Amino acid sequence: MLNNRFFATLLKILILPLLAVPGMAFAEYGLNLPEGVTPISRDIYGLHMTIFWVCVGIAVIVFGVMIYSMIYHRKSKGAVAANFHESTTVELIWTLVPLAILIAIAVPATKVLIDLENTEKADMTVKITGYQWKWQYEYLDEKISFFSNLAQESRDGIKNEAVRNANENYLLDVDNRLVLPVNTRVRFLMTSNDVIHSWWVRELGVKQDANPGFINDSWAYIEKEGVYRGKCAELCGKDHGFMPVVVEVKSKEDYAKWVEDQKAQMAAAAAAGDREWTMDELMVKGQEVYSANCAACHGTTGAGVPGAFPAMTGSPMVVEPDQLQAHIDIVINGKAGTAMQAFGKQLSDSDIAAVVTFERNGFGNNTGDIVQPATIKSAR
Amino acid sequence: MATTTTDIEADIHHAHDDHDHGPEPGLMRWVKTTNHKDIGYLYMWFAFAMLLIGGAMAMVIRAELFTPGLQFVEPQFFNQMTTMHGLIMVFGAIMPAFVGLANIQIPTMVGAPDMALPRMNNWSFWILPFAGAMLLSTMFMEGGGPAFGWTFYAPLSTTFAPDSTDFFIFAIHMLGFSSIMGAINIIATVMNMRASGMKLMDMPLFVWTWFITAFLLIAAMPVLAGAVTMMLTDRNFGTSFFDAAGGGDPVMFQHIFWFFGHPEVYIMILPAFGIVSQIIPTFARKPLFGYSSMVYATASIAILSFVVWAHHMFLTGMPVAGQMYFMYATILISVPTGVKVFNWVTTMWKGSMTFEIPMMWAIAFVILFTVGGLSGLMLGIVPADIQYHDTYFVVAHFHYVLVSGALFSIIAGVYYWLPKWCGRMFNEKLAKIHFWWAVISVNVLFFPMHFLGLAGMPRRIPDYSLQFADFNLIASLGGFAFGLSFLLLAYIVVDCIRNGKRVEEPRVWESAKGLEWTLPTPAPYHTFNDEPSRELILKESSHTGVH
Repeated sequence: MLNNRFFATLLKILILPLLAVPGMAFAEYGLNLPEGVTPISRDIYGLHMTIFWVCVGIAVIVFGVMIYSMIYHRKSKGAVAANFHESTTVELIWTLVPLAILIAIAVPATKVLIDLENTEKADMTVKITGYQWKWQYEYLDEKISFFSNLAQESRDGIKNEAVRNANENYLLDVDNRLVLPVNTRVRFLMTSNDVIHSWWVRELGVKQDANPGFINDSWAYIEKEGVYRGKCAELCGKDHGFMPVVVEVKSKEDYAKWVEDQKAQMAAAAAAGDREWTMDELMVKGQEVYSANCAACHGTTGAGVPGAFPAMTGSPMVVEPDQLQAHIDIVINGKAGTAMQAFGKQLSDSDIAAVVTFERNGFGNNTGDIVQPATIKSAR
Repeated sequence: MATTTTDIEADIHHAHDDHDHGPEPGLMRWVKTTNHKDIGYLYMWFAFAMLLIGGAMAMVIRAELFTPGLQFVEPQFFNQMTTMHGLIMVFGAIMPAFVGLANIQIPTMVGAPDMALPRMNNWSFWILPFAGAMLLSTMFMEGGGPAFGWTFYAPLSTTFAPDSTDFFIFAIHMLGFSSIMGAINIIATVMNMRASGMKLMDMPLFVWTWFITAFLLIAAMPVLAGAVTMMLTDRNFGTSFFDAAGGGDPVMFQHIFWFFGHPEVYIMILPAFGIVSQIIPTFARKPLFGYSSMVYATASIAILSFVVWAHHMFLTGMPVAGQMYFMYATILISVPTGVKVFNWVTTMWKGSMTFEIPMMWAIAFVILFTVGGLSGLMLGIVPADIQYHDTYFVVAHFHYVLVSGALFSIIAGVYYWLPKWCGRMFNEKLAKIHFWWAVISVNVLFFPMHFLGLAGMPRRIPDYSLQFADFNLIASLGGFAFGLSFLLLAYIVVDCIRNGKRVEEPRVWESAKGLEWTLPTPAPYHTFNDEPSRELILKESSHTGVH
């Protein structure tokens, strides 16, 4: 596979300069920023292209003069060195001309900057919280809240080339998308639960750090329906490369329908916490919750990472009967000063019950312990 | 291998026994030495060893990024590689190499017998191997080494970091001591040991740029020491400088870090400007154009470097007025930097150029550093930076200025002065192959990263989505080739020292100017026992008079 890809790439590199229409060949490679779908992203694109061409112009002049003198002012061509070494006029010119160019760039840049920092008059607000390694979206007006993890299909592809190559959105897919209405001024509030993350979607022209303990803001007015993909841009630990952002922009009607569905689902989830669950139900649900929330550190096989993240298999907290309460406690409240988060804020009673049951019976632990949502509710 | 090292050393120093006492024989020479050249050579070899270690880590990174998916390493180890690669290259390779060049060259360029503070000089070198070893040892500790990037942003480097981080903190402290002592020594040497006939505005540009860099070091390194000390107390003694839960602020860490970090990038480029300003006039056979404007430009860049730090932090939630100020101040730096590039080009204009190996590297420096400078200008524009920040566009930018900038200037300097150091000429044919190999591969390695960044690939990720595959593959191939080129460089240097053709001529390069070229070749163990005269200094000035 590697060899085929290798040669295909080499072939493309060799053919690339021969193509008469560069735009066509380059489209496939993604050589440049996209124009995007918000007024801000288009302004940024415009600025980007302006400075790019200014830089190309400067480079052509500087390198042109240099190459000219390398060709014509060489000793082997009989060039005799001149002896000038100072000229205040020339020095002044090449100080003032670049200064003028810079001012010419700074003026439009300042206009765009003021516009993009103005987050007032929003039609709706979404609070985005970064976690190691997922995003939480809270629709403050609608009281909807959910987590967005790397999609299982992408996770399966990390070490499996066939799965990876079959997935055109490898590492760009999530389980729950951020759904937004088109033609609406959306304000984003960014913060973090642990380390610094950065929420970035190129097509929206939005990238903003999510700092723990502080709230940053940004905004977007998305003019086109569609799915836009991005990534975490600030190194946030082990799985920094595995927490994508997916934004789905719907028509206002479809968005309203989506809001209703979400509310219904949240009500159903709350009801699920009030009934007794069977072992099988808990194990199935538990595996789901474990893959999405725990596997990144404790490993899909429960082996953990020695010295950094404890193993599940045979861990006293997971297998000792008298440690059950401690086990539930650490899942709900986390462990201060470590990467172990307080999942009580993130997961429902039934989710926690399921995952604790799964951990105590999976990975060869087989303790037979069953934890019901009601137990979690009283433990909170 | 007919000759041994000791033979060569005997050869090198035999000719000067009459007016100099030579070095102590044996290994203790290197431990106890207070000789500026010995210490300089130690710095250079240490830097080269660290360059190979840091380079090996880069090879791991490029191997993992060769294709999508995780093939060779786990994400946590990958993060250790990017972190250690950055730290080792900055603190272990580039900075010590420049200090080494300063140690060997500055006394010979200002007409001094040695550095002003020779014992401290010994100490400032011998701290380095221990600091480097401590830094590297963290990778073998439980929980692994630092994995939070060379910028070690809190709280990833405090609350969420492995236990080995405390060793990393002490290693940084030690590296800081070493740098500050080196800087004090350079300032003292330039101020007190300079030949009395040499006025400040007579000094060669390499001396000037290092003199200014030394002030940057003294001002910036204590800030870094402060940052890591605050990390240390946050981690171990319950303070919360960088923890919002205790009233601190993680963004404050970034302000402190970059208040060090931005001058630091100029610490790594100003001496490079100096080296190139020595080499280009030599091979253009023309005085350096605009000497005084070069000095003023260097000083302006140094001063501006302290007031632009937050352009690394445009996305941290700064107020809009702060963003504007840092944008204007940042793009203002391109004015004095532009002046330098224009001066080099004008020095070449109407010269009588030849293209010996050092000149080829100097020209490559000017072109590729300018490429990196222009992408730096793009990064300075705040709205555009929103799309560039923390992507491979930034990786491309700082590798253009630090690899094909700083590192290339060091290689240029080594090729330029090596015959003077050891009295032997390197194999020019091999050196030419090395040049083209390195220059082509470095561009294959770093140029595609511009496209990757614009196409949306974040930095510091061990795995990427499929649309980035082709350019990563190209970059990795360039990376492996570039990595190999350093083995060739090692061979060329060792071969030159052991078997190179003898050079007797004091002025190794036909039209080289400067006091160092008035010394016998190879340079004697003790440099100037008699002060050079004002007439000689003016005659040897590389920026005035007939070339």
